[in-house]
Amino acid sequence: MPAGTLYRGREGMWSWVAHRVTGVLIFFFLFVHVLDTALVRVSPEAYDNVVATYKTPIVNVMEYGLVAAILFHALNGLRVIAVDFWSKGPKYQKQLLWTVVGVWVVLMAGAFYPVLQHTLRTLFGS
Amino acid sequence: MSADSTTAGATAAGASDGVPLYDVDNPAPVIEPPRKRTGKTPKSTRTNFELYGWLFMRLSGIVLVVLVLGHLLIQLMLDGGVSKIGFAFVAGRWASPFWQAWDLCMLWLAMLHGANGLRTVINDYAQRDNTRFWLKMLLYTATVFTVLLGTLVIFTFDPNIR
Ligand code: HEM
Ligand code: HEM
Repeated sequence: MPAGTLYRGREGMWSWVAHRVTGVLIFFFLFVHVLDTALVRVSPEAYDNVVATYKTPIVNVMEYGLVAAILFHALNGLRVIAVDFWSKGPKYQKQLLWTVVGVWVVLMAGAFYPVLQHTLRTLFGS
Repeated sequence: MSADSTTAGATAAGASDGVPLYDVDNPAPVIEPPRKRTGKTPKSTRTNFELYGWLFMRLSGIVLVVLVLGHLLIQLMLDGGVSKIGFAFVAGRWASPFWQAWDLCMLWLAMLHGANGLRTVINDYAQRDNTRFWLKMLLYTATVFTVLLGTLVIFTFDPNIR
């Protein structure tokens, strides 16, 4: 038995932590994103200037990270909904989580080139 | 449930000397369910707000899968990825009422879903009443501001601004 009183959940706890962290992250991004999109009401130059930062290699990599966060939150959100509404959901919650992780890995591999093509082309491109 | 666990607890606690702690003449104290609604419960907690919030998180989540993943596919992956984005690209998209409506729904649903989620997070971690109150006021102000600004931008977009 663990000596402390710290709650040590298993997969269910960590998926909840990841769901919470990604949710908060996406919300903060969305706040900034609506502000930068609002620059289309200032001038085309102001908007294109801020979009230029989205095209730098470092920010491009962060966009891949944003896709990772949203994709996990979306897939795991569907799992939470299945656990709540599908009668067999609670029984299979662990298998559902590994399905989520599997689909996430495949889709992230598939998104690698499409999302990072801008950086790959400007750094190594023809 | 409470009756069962009380009995089990009492037996377990008294098990070492073999004598149950409580019996008919010496009944266990009655513990009121923590969430029981009494005459003293403030009116504001007598609604089903939390139930509707819970349901909204799930319904909006399903719709957001399509709206947000579709948005990411269009903006970050198709047609050269992020390279193509610029004022002209936005002007082309918002010329269509379909994409205006898409962005409007996405804006409202994602902001309300995210704000309600953050309200839960604040309720979980901010322990002092004052801190919790002001953090939520900050959250609600930022949310109303962002939703209104985003809505205004979609409706007043002018491709010939210059
Ligand atoms: C880095 C990834 C992203 C890029 C490059 C991007 C790009 C854009 C662009 C170019 C627009 C202008 C309108 C249009 O073309 O439809 C826009 C609008 C919008 N995007 Fe994104 N987006 C990204 C991620 C997201 C995410 C994750 C969300 C939601 C959580 C989101 C929500 C919105 C909303 C609500 C609008 C409308 C803004 C307004 O009303 O002023 N975007 N986005
Ligand atoms: C893409 C589709 C999405 C789905 C399927 C989804 C699903 C869900 C579900 C079902 C919950 C409730 C979890 C629970 O009650 O335990 C939730 C919580 C949350 N969501 Fe989403 N969501 C999505 C998009 C978003 C977006 C775009 C944002 C940010 C703007 C966001 C932010 C949050 C936050 C902050 C929480 C609270 C987390 C917590 O209490 O631990 N979600 N999501």
